[in-house]
Amino acid sequence: MSVIKVLEGSEAVALAVKASRPQVISAYPISPQTHIVESLAKMAADGDLDAQYVRVESEFSAASVISGASAAGSRSYTASSSQGLLLMTEIIYASVGMRLPFVITGVNRQISAPISIQVDHQDTISLRDSGIMQFYVENIQEAYDTHIAAFKIAEEANILLPVMVCMDGWILTHSYEQVSLLEQEAVDGFLPPFQPADFLTTDDPKTWGSYAEENMLMEFKYSVQQAMEYGKGRIKEIFSELSAITGRDHGGLIEAYRTEGADFVLVAMGSVAGTVKEAVDRLREAGKKVGLVRIRCYRPFPHEDIWEAVKGAKVVGVMDANFSFGSEGAVSMDLKAKLCGKPGAPVVLDFITGLGGREVNMDGVADLVETMEKASNEGNPVMEPQWIGLDPTILPRGSQS
Amino acid sequence: MELTIGAVVRGGTSLGYKTGSWRDERPVLDMEKCKVCGQCESVCPDSAVHVVEEAYVIDYDYCKGCGLCAYECPADAITMIKEEK
Repeated sequence: MSVIKVLEGSEAVALAVKASRPQVISAYPISPQTHIVESLAKMAADGDLDAQYVRVESEFSAASVISGASAAGSRSYTASSSQGLLLMTEIIYASVGMRLPFVITGVNRQISAPISIQVDHQDTISLRDSGIMQFYVENIQEAYDTHIAAFKIAEEANILLPVMVCMDGWILTHSYEQVSLLEQEAVDGFLPPFQPADFLTTDDPKTWGSYAEENMLMEFKYSVQQAMEYGKGRIKEIFSELSAITGRDHGGLIEAYRTEGADFVLVAMGSVAGTVKEAVDRLREAGKKVGLVRIRCYRPFPHEDIWEAVKGAKVVGVMDANFSFGSEGAVSMDLKAKLCGKPGAPVVLDFITGLGGREVNMDGVADLVETMEKASNEGNPVMEPQWIGLDPTILPRGSQS
Repeated sequence: MELTIGAVVRGGTSLGYKTGSWRDERPVLDMEKCKVCGQCESVCPDSAVHVVEEAYVIDYDYCKGCGLCAYECPADAITMIKEEK
């Protein structure tokens, strides 16, 4: 049994978090994440949510509170965006090392400067090396479902890592969709209470993340990588378990959309995938062999599943909504590294798209596919990242031409 | 050596881990000059100065030799001397 409601994305996420029975929530407001924690704060204040809601003076403190609460054995949650996530960075790295399985919603927003509140993935991508697991969702229903799965994945005894559910700011947090909500009983059946083997208590004092010298530091770091690799299989199982309850299947680590027999495969994350799917359908109707790989789980990076979906393709075009200055887009880098040396691997083009909320529409996607076709036909593809929709006439004065 | 996930360890490990071995200068207290004011105890970042029978005693198992006590002592009763073997 489930209830269907028309909900704002933030409200749907708040309800998913509520249904997951967090014991401690701490947050500091920043757009476009604010509605989520505002909603949870109201639930806690009204007595609808049996959780401690801790108000703090910064995101550094919010992350610190949930880190400590998690060490004390509480299921903990926060949400943030943009520079708020950057301010949490130090605590996220430490929490990974201390293996504290809290959940963060990373509501995607561009990072200052220039200041912008619009969406791209620069903020959450900046945390890719921290060891936090990252999921990217396409729509509000998937955001709801993924949050419930996130707690279970994080708390899995052989994983024990913080998990971030990344969702596009405004596009997903402030729009309304029909959302199917689970009964509390169903969520409780899926997600048992958090009962870690070790937790902070004055009865048996312990230290988390204690000093490690050069003879053991590498082993601790390697154990995080082991948890990531183990997670790949377990995440798919947990998604399947949830699908069995919800009747909804958003995919596994990736969603391969019409990739069968595709010569040209786009790779994207987040809400833009909706536009790309529509464009793929139209291009398929026009006889073009085009598909999409939507990465749902970015860390751990599901290169095995991506390879299965793209190994027959001629060209893969990665739509990176982020950029590593001095190099290229992060997703493209990941994919190129994993495809390098594989026999018959497709050419990978890096398209920098949608930074700071720049629109990506269906005509734009068709243009990307045309670029991929050209790269295939002319046999001399542009290997440098291509900034899509850049207007060279308005580059800041003094820019190098 | 068995490592624990999250580097979680029971408290009290410093009982077996004597950080005094890091020291390259040793504070030596001249009891003749000492006025028993307690400044050294209050500034010591390692809590390595203790009161024993109404006198101040430096715990060389944990004193790292930072010299704060010698710097702060109003009676100039503490001298830092090189640790030599």
